[in-house]
Amino acid sequence: MRYLPLTPEDRASMLATIGAKSADDFYTDVPKAARLKAKIAGLPDHQGELAVERHMTKLAAKNRSASSGPFFVGAGAYKHHVPATVDMIIQRSEFLTTYTPYQPEIAQGTLQTLFEFQTQVAALTAMDVANASMYDGSTACAEAAVMAARVTKRKKVILSGGLHPHYAAATRLLCEAQGLTVVQLPVAIDGEGELAKSVDGETACVIGQSPNVFGTVTDLTSVAKSAHDKGALLVSVFTEAVSLGLVTPPGEMGADIAAGEGQSIGNGLNFGGPYVGLFACKEKLVRQMPGRLCGETVDADGKRGFVLTLSTREQHIRRDKATSNICTNSGLCALAFTSHMTLLGGKGLKQLAELNHEAACELADTLGALKGVEVLTPRFFNEFAIRTPVDAEAVLAMLDEAGVVGGVRASRLFPKDHLGDVILVAATECTTTEDIAAYAAALKEII
Amino acid sequence: MGMNTQGRPTAPASASGATFETVSGSRGLLQREDLLFEIGTPETTGVDLPKPKGTKNRLGGVKRKVDTGLAGLSEPQAVRHYMRLSQKNYAIDLGLFPLGSCTMKHNPRLNEKMARLPGFADIHPLQPQATVQGALELIDELATWLKTLTGMPSVAMSPKAGAHGELCGMLAIRQALIARGEGDTRKRVLVPESAHGTNPATAVQCGFIVDEIKADKRGRVDMEDLKSKLARTDDIAGIMLTNPNTCGLFETDIKNIADLIHTAGGYFYCDGANFNAIVGRVRPGDLGVDAMHINLHKTFSTPHGGGGPGSGPTVFSQALAPYAPVPFVTKDEDGLFRLVEHVDGEASESFGRMVAFHGQMGMFVRALTYMLSHGADGLKQVAEDAVLNANYVQARLKHVMTPAFDGFCMHEALFSDAFTADGIETIDIAKALIDEGYHPMTMYFPLVVHGAMLIEPTETESKAELDRFCDALESIARRAAQGDETLKGAPYLAPARRLDETRAARKPVLKWTAPLPEQIAAE
Amino acid sequence: MTTYYTKDHEWIRVDGDTGTVGITNYAAGQLGDVVYVELPETGAKFARGDDFAVVESVKAASDVYAPVSGSVLEVNTALTEAPEKVNEAAQGDAWFVRVRLTDAGELSGLMDEAAYAAFCEGL
Repeated sequence: MRYLPLTPEDRASMLATIGAKSADDFYTDVPKAARLKAKIAGLPDHQGELAVERHMTKLAAKNRSASSGPFFVGAGAYKHHVPATVDMIIQRSEFLTTYTPYQPEIAQGTLQTLFEFQTQVAALTAMDVANASMYDGSTACAEAAVMAARVTKRKKVILSGGLHPHYAAATRLLCEAQGLTVVQLPVAIDGEGELAKSVDGETACVIGQSPNVFGTVTDLTSVAKSAHDKGALLVSVFTEAVSLGLVTPPGEMGADIAAGEGQSIGNGLNFGGPYVGLFACKEKLVRQMPGRLCGETVDADGKRGFVLTLSTREQHIRRDKATSNICTNSGLCALAFTSHMTLLGGKGLKQLAELNHEAACELADTLGALKGVEVLTPRFFNEFAIRTPVDAEAVLAMLDEAGVVGGVRASRLFPKDHLGDVILVAATECTTTEDIAAYAAALKEII
Repeated sequence: MGMNTQGRPTAPASASGATFETVSGSRGLLQREDLLFEIGTPETTGVDLPKPKGTKNRLGGVKRKVDTGLAGLSEPQAVRHYMRLSQKNYAIDLGLFPLGSCTMKHNPRLNEKMARLPGFADIHPLQPQATVQGALELIDELATWLKTLTGMPSVAMSPKAGAHGELCGMLAIRQALIARGEGDTRKRVLVPESAHGTNPATAVQCGFIVDEIKADKRGRVDMEDLKSKLARTDDIAGIMLTNPNTCGLFETDIKNIADLIHTAGGYFYCDGANFNAIVGRVRPGDLGVDAMHINLHKTFSTPHGGGGPGSGPTVFSQALAPYAPVPFVTKDEDGLFRLVEHVDGEASESFGRMVAFHGQMGMFVRALTYMLSHGADGLKQVAEDAVLNANYVQARLKHVMTPAFDGFCMHEALFSDAFTADGIETIDIAKALIDEGYHPMTMYFPLVVHGAMLIEPTETESKAELDRFCDALESIARRAAQGDETLKGAPYLAPARRLDETRAARKPVLKWTAPLPEQIAAE
Repeated sequence: MTTYYTKDHEWIRVDGDTGTVGITNYAAGQLGDVVYVELPETGAKFARGDDFAVVESVKAASDVYAPVSGSVLEVNTALTEAPEKVNEAAQGDAWFVRVRLTDAGELSGLMDEAAYAAFCEGL
């Protein structure tokens, strides 16, 4: 058992020091009926690295990785290139195997990267302040909704018809548990603007997404204005962080809270997690913010340093009056985000965003030119919806046989909205002209 | 003789005078490192991207007006930036990390290697399920391990962290009460005052009202107080109880507590934060538990990463299983694995979806790798060694420090500050440990013990490491008992001295702001 | 003007049917460095014993309870900018709110200065 350093002799001598006969003595408080005599049945015994590696590799081999062929799946998670340096940095033991920086004297490395992360997220979203990250975009969205209810002391939350349905579900769940009312606007490819009409004097916030789940980009400025006129907040959501290099960010549209997914920068697909939720807001709302915050200060020698701050908002101090029960951030994924962002720089990010957009334009032009295929998304960044004359599930299965992972069928996300012939398609800097040609050729065969 | 004068003296000269300031701001191996915004520029980049073609955009005018202006670094600069910062962190790979209730155990590198297999790391959560059968099988296999180890029939895999698992458990309880038609009447959740802050915060997030129960002199739930809180039962939703509890003790009356709660019509949520003490030796399912989250980042060795990501799968009893969240993995008769993603059909009673996608896959791979490495026999040894190490620390220190409670502990040893001289506090002892090369223990938690010091060494420490740690802490404890004022200034030898948290909180500076031109001119 | 005290360490200085409310020097000393004060809005109404404000130090947050029932006439916004005033002048400049009393009769349940001093002695 390679992870256990105690030898039988160590154990015997330690038991003698303690004054116990065997480990059984430590478990006498356990009700007798619940004390297991032998090891738990039905599970294998310990194995060496080689055997474990063999088992895991076998499982991994049953999955088709995104890099193994033309790949066009988006809808909340995106296939981007992650520089080798990023993975080296997040594997440094000092970052990988440390805890939450509760002892700032020996955690300045983590704290300074969090401070830099917060600065980057605030700039990216064009908001005043950002926190040290959330679990992911969907939970950030849910937390934004309940935060808006705290700020406005109102109980109604309105979700756009283009909000990612997983985000909508997570938000509805948390809101309803807290006694808030959630209004879901009808699913719409280009309906974010409808939020402006639905806001009323009882609304805590409206939640819009740009680019939305169908890829549509929308300037939410007029939504923000309508919301503010009624005393409500605008929560501006995004699932594709790279888009903010090119597309109007939440802060430029007057959003009060920005909540989104940061996976696209520095983090792999990982079958859905772990990811990194980005959360930013206006300065005046900072004390109602959930999650950890890192702030600048000085040490006893007057040197600049960083600490976790404003923690009286948090569960370990406020307990039942905390802003959230959240007890962690997504530290290592935030490090991946910040180190990738550092490698890109402002100019690099913009360039990356342009490459994404151009790949998507090329894809839309190519697929849209096929007879029977309609591009449904009017304005987009790097993903869009298409309608095909054949059922989407069948199309994707046939594309799969041709070696192309062609996107997500909309009905997987919206099973009850009659979108059976709609496919959500994404392109990134990883998408090549050959990939696009392969997609078009295969799709042409199918329809 | 041929006198070669190149030989240099190798004995050190006088060793005093090490407190001088350096010109560079670096001190030997410890390099000074400014904020990246102070060393980089928005034009600098560490990636080589192809030039965009400049094709007509399809953004419809929804374009960013002001660039981010974020500084970039070239690759060598970036590597140095993060390497230098890394040197200012303590880590489990560097030394013993006895942070109570956090289970800072060794993080095996095989876990990391497996998580990076493209078949796990490079698959999309929404690609066709036929192309991710191995991933679904892995989730199913991990679920089987968790169910078997806990003796519970069902598990929700999607919670993203421990507190998220708590939320999952309490939402299931809420849903079960709604299904019984008692969602509006059963609102009271009992929570021991020794509980972690997430417990009451979670209960309130789910719309419940928290009612605190006292601890008794033995550090366990005060059964008399519990019974008095159960004098009325028609408003009881359940209890949230950590076991082993936050004092590092097994709740001796646990079965009795479970029975009382069940008789009252409530459910038993067990906070599984301290599962490492009992894994492979006790199954929570045998204790009457209805729901319990498992921190994969504690018991099952996935790295803490400086504060996440965690993972908090939540096991359920038969009573709560129908209400578990979507998605979950199921195996069809044809042998194919399938995700159930919507509240419908076989998941029609589910309370809903907590999160986008299917949970922390990266952590699942690491946790399963760890479980397979240890096996059923190894995991039992894990618990025993974790408890043995904690009791060893308690035995070695109980003569100089004040154990909070009598008797053996489980996986963590808890001391109060009763032994310290006036003016010396727990924080001083903690900070002095930093100078000795250790991360401090958990301090001032649990709240029921004055000046609490909670030490959890975990099973991955050797006896020699424990002895070295105990020698250091013993010496600090003696100084604390004697009122050694120099403790108040500790740490002296860390990359930073004590930081001014008051200043940080009064005038929060939460991001870097470019200095104004006049400030630059003044420098 | 008479000043009254509560067992929860609030004070109220009464002038006719209005009163000025704050926390005591004793409390300010116990709380440590105050870093933030959360105050109610002008016009807010509360009953005796309701929590109407929060005082935060770095590691703790404490609710402040209304010594009497009333409505808020004025809020000391200076505390939001300079919470350290609570440590410097808890019973002076660092008052929290001015209120209109609903029922002056409630004052009879409070302590005078001497009684409060004796109460603190016993803690």
